[in-house]
Amino acid sequence: MSDLSTTGLSTTGSSTTGSSTTDRSTDRSADLSTDAVLAHAPFAIEEIAAEGIKPEEYAEIVRRLGRHPNRAELGMFGVMWSEHCCYKNSRPLLKQFPTTGERILVGPGENAGVVDMGDGLQLAFKIESHNHPSAVEPFQGAATGVGGILRDIFTMGARPIAILNSLRFGSLEEARSRRLVQGVVAGISHYGNSVGVPTVGGEVYFDPAYGGNPLVNAMAIGLMETSEIVKSGAVGIGNPVLYVGSTTGRDGMGGASFASAELSDESMDDRPAVQVGDPFLEKSLIEACLEAFKTGAVAAAQDMGAAGITCSTSEMAAKGGVGIELDLDQIPVRESGMVPYEYLLSESQERMLFVAHPGREQELIEIFERWGLQAVVAGRVIETPIVRILFQGEVAAEIPATALADNTPIYNRELMAQPPEYAQQAWQWQPTDLPDCTPEGIRLDPPYTWNQVLLRLLDSPTIASKRWVYRQYDHQVQNNTVLFPGGADAAVIRLRPQEMPQPTQAQLDRSIANHLGVAATVDCNARYVYLHPYEGAKMAVAEAARNLSCVGAEPLAVTDNLNFGSPEKPIGYWQLAEACRGLAEACREFATPVTGGNVSLYNETLDAAGNPQAIYPTPVVGMVGRVPDIRRVCGQGWQAAGDVVYLLGLPAVPGVASPSLTLGGSEYLAILHQTVAGMPPIVDFALEKQVQAACRTGIQQGWVRSAHDCAEGGLAVALAEACISGGWGAQIQLDSGYSGADNSTAIDRWDAVLFAEGGARILVSVAEQHCHAWETCLETALPQGWQRLGQVSTAEAGLTIGWGSRWLIQVDLTTMTETWSSAIERRLAG
Amino acid sequence: MKFGVIVFPGSNCDRDAAMVTRDLLHQPTRMVWHEDSDLSDLDVIIVPGGFSYGDYLRCGAIARFSPAMQSVVQHAEQGKLVIGICNGFQVLTEAGLLPGALVRNRDLHFVCDRVQLRVERTDLPWTQDYQAGQVITLPIAHGEGCYYADPETLAELEAHNQVLFRYCDATGKISSPSNPNGSVNNIAGICNRRGNVVGMMPHPERAADPMLGATDGLTLFQGLLPALVAAS
Repeated sequence: MSDLSTTGLSTTGSSTTGSSTTDRSTDRSADLSTDAVLAHAPFAIEEIAAEGIKPEEYAEIVRRLGRHPNRAELGMFGVMWSEHCCYKNSRPLLKQFPTTGERILVGPGENAGVVDMGDGLQLAFKIESHNHPSAVEPFQGAATGVGGILRDIFTMGARPIAILNSLRFGSLEEARSRRLVQGVVAGISHYGNSVGVPTVGGEVYFDPAYGGNPLVNAMAIGLMETSEIVKSGAVGIGNPVLYVGSTTGRDGMGGASFASAELSDESMDDRPAVQVGDPFLEKSLIEACLEAFKTGAVAAAQDMGAAGITCSTSEMAAKGGVGIELDLDQIPVRESGMVPYEYLLSESQERMLFVAHPGREQELIEIFERWGLQAVVAGRVIETPIVRILFQGEVAAEIPATALADNTPIYNRELMAQPPEYAQQAWQWQPTDLPDCTPEGIRLDPPYTWNQVLLRLLDSPTIASKRWVYRQYDHQVQNNTVLFPGGADAAVIRLRPQEMPQPTQAQLDRSIANHLGVAATVDCNARYVYLHPYEGAKMAVAEAARNLSCVGAEPLAVTDNLNFGSPEKPIGYWQLAEACRGLAEACREFATPVTGGNVSLYNETLDAAGNPQAIYPTPVVGMVGRVPDIRRVCGQGWQAAGDVVYLLGLPAVPGVASPSLTLGGSEYLAILHQTVAGMPPIVDFALEKQVQAACRTGIQQGWVRSAHDCAEGGLAVALAEACISGGWGAQIQLDSGYSGADNSTAIDRWDAVLFAEGGARILVSVAEQHCHAWETCLETALPQGWQRLGQVSTAEAGLTIGWGSRWLIQVDLTTMTETWSSAIERRLAG
Repeated sequence: MKFGVIVFPGSNCDRDAAMVTRDLLHQPTRMVWHEDSDLSDLDVIIVPGGFSYGDYLRCGAIARFSPAMQSVVQHAEQGKLVIGICNGFQVLTEAGLLPGALVRNRDLHFVCDRVQLRVERTDLPWTQDYQAGQVITLPIAHGEGCYYADPETLAELEAHNQVLFRYCDATGKISSPSNPNGSVNNIAGICNRRGNVVGMMPHPERAADPMLGATDGLTLFQGLLPALVAAS
């Protein structure tokens, strides 16, 4: 709390909504010190702190209300002023993101972003975290994370068509991590499968940095099914407010505040703060909501996620510049004896709030009842811009809506003048710090051949096959999945309207004949971000765009999930601010505006000794791209023996050392040398964009038959993965096309040749008959950035990587496949 | 010659099935709400996959009591065609239209994959467009797909040739590694004695659209078309 002395607490203006801020009664109590206000508070200082409210914030609440809040109101402020709901630490940083573009229909601020895919198809998408709940109760935590992000999508009038996940766990050597992995995967599987939305892709990383605080980020994509995008601002004074969906209980009390504090041993006792999900109810809610929206009777809609009734009423009111009066006695409950505080802070799942057009309530109620769901008129839109809560005939809470949802505290923190000590130290690392190596291997104790190093990396859970995970997710329901998880660098889904009112045969034919698709990916190498938040964040965007390009998709837009430690600590804030700067710059470079996302701070665990352990700063980039023709997409595996293998990006031949291609921050360094250090690869935007464009052109022309980017583990691992995925071998000559003398004696870092990361690299394979056209294209599109590496061979020949007359690597396909396939399962069997 | 797809709250493969019969095969197709009981206009009933009524209590246990399912039983008794896919198979066993039961997968995990199946019988409308012994690939996606029947029932099933599909390897060999869920005798799909009611865990409707590459499941639906023409 003492950090506040170095920061300024201010409040945002509400110019974006134009609503007035009638709550500023600063003259009355401006001279009252925080201590004086607290001295007269009807609450103990511990009670205020228990709501996640800092003393300065309490004083501000009193200033806004012109009086002390009651218990219910204090709780409402607690959740609405949490980072989770109001972004008080991150909002000034988020402002720098580009948010507009030709295809952007809805940017940040609504439940989800919406992009125009062409042909009248509009796509809603968003990412959200459920980190803290998953740490405490992995199954329900992850399940309700999926449920919550789906509601954000269908609240807009879009049918959810795909889910992706970005997961981070501690080392699988730890029993707790194994339990978390099993629980989280089972929770996602339970909810996603049941609700009938395919889980088509994602990423899973394992690192001790997440041992106490796993990350569970879920991204959902939906196809607009209503003619108008459903917005959340309440409209029409006197309009009825409907509560629909499930009943309200005491589950998930104060989850938003819980999510905005560090985890400690005591957090395990906060299990009531974890919600319980019912995917069956959600499935019915999807159908009922989409049906309801199509009647035109719904004027506005908002899902109840974090902070339940409090958040949905205040956000709808604040966005509409109106007020909402809600009678708690009308809310259907699942348990008796609840007090207003509990109603208002409950995070019971599968609930929504609608504003209906007058006189059309009954029509809506009938739809929900047909689906076996609750639907009641619980309030109305009022002119005064306040949230007024009634309970047993009395006013239980009355707060200006903007004070809760819009005109909320902002912390403008100061950036450290110098990068923190840990980063500066890490940057000192040089490859020369490593033991010597030869074309045979590296002098570790015991010595490793390059074959052994490659297999060791394929056995790293972060690199290894995630089949154990995605095999538990239904990734085919809805019948639109073009590329399955594990087979390509990004997921590809066909865009096909599934519900049409009275479709004609012509419309149906057109629907299935449609070739348009969407590609999606979630990416973040958090080790890079930890080592250099600005460069690492740029790389997350570059990698996402590269992955989309590898399946043939044109990158369109981004949703980001900022998972960080405490912003109240100088290092935590430095990481957040630098990463945001990197994201903003890269999103501008790739012309992929940010349409929304989620901020999850305080991802720290207090160990038993009370020392905070922060996660790696992890700004997960969810990116969607447009696939013009789903018949022209690429997987990552080789397709046929004899095809020619090309490396796009920085070539394997030695040239000028580039900061874009390095062992710094690499998986090789972490796994083989237990070292997390160095400067991570610097993004070369010009090269990245050229490489990605060339790759897309090659795929769209039908020349490129497989494409796979070089990420963790570098070139050698990418080659191995292309072999394993396609079931073919490859004969690779790294010095091919190199016209200089055999200078292999001059190369001292063979590990860098094989395992360095970065370099904007993509491996592609092309059938012999198309090589001439392809190379002609490359000569103009990518003059300095490609190299012909070798050929795809039979499975029996395995993978051989040579330099001159030497073999650096010679591994058979079965050994690689078995190592890579069994790494996670073997450890989970523990 | 008209298809009907039953829609329970919680069904999630209903649109996928209709997409095949209506959009790909251009057959009239009607979505049947679980509270409807008039199926007299329909020739083939599809009980689709999903989690009917949340699959609470036991998969398919609540669905069998729905008005629509009461009518499906009558429809079947008249010798008309009924197919249950995935959750639909579970519903048909619960409704007593097919013997045996579907229990938790052997390894207790939900499994989504593409698996090989051997077509055991081709003298029924459902399978007449396949070759006997043909190995096909269909998607599976289930948590409770392990087929179980007591030894007498199993013996009877086998004796009357009621097994339509078995999990197998790429060469058609029936083995334990090729069995994804622990089903007895590698059973993936069965029919009733009369052959008009079929239940299967794999999803033929997910392997029907040429645009997505796999079409081994389309053959099943196409096989019904001549039968429908003959019936009408």
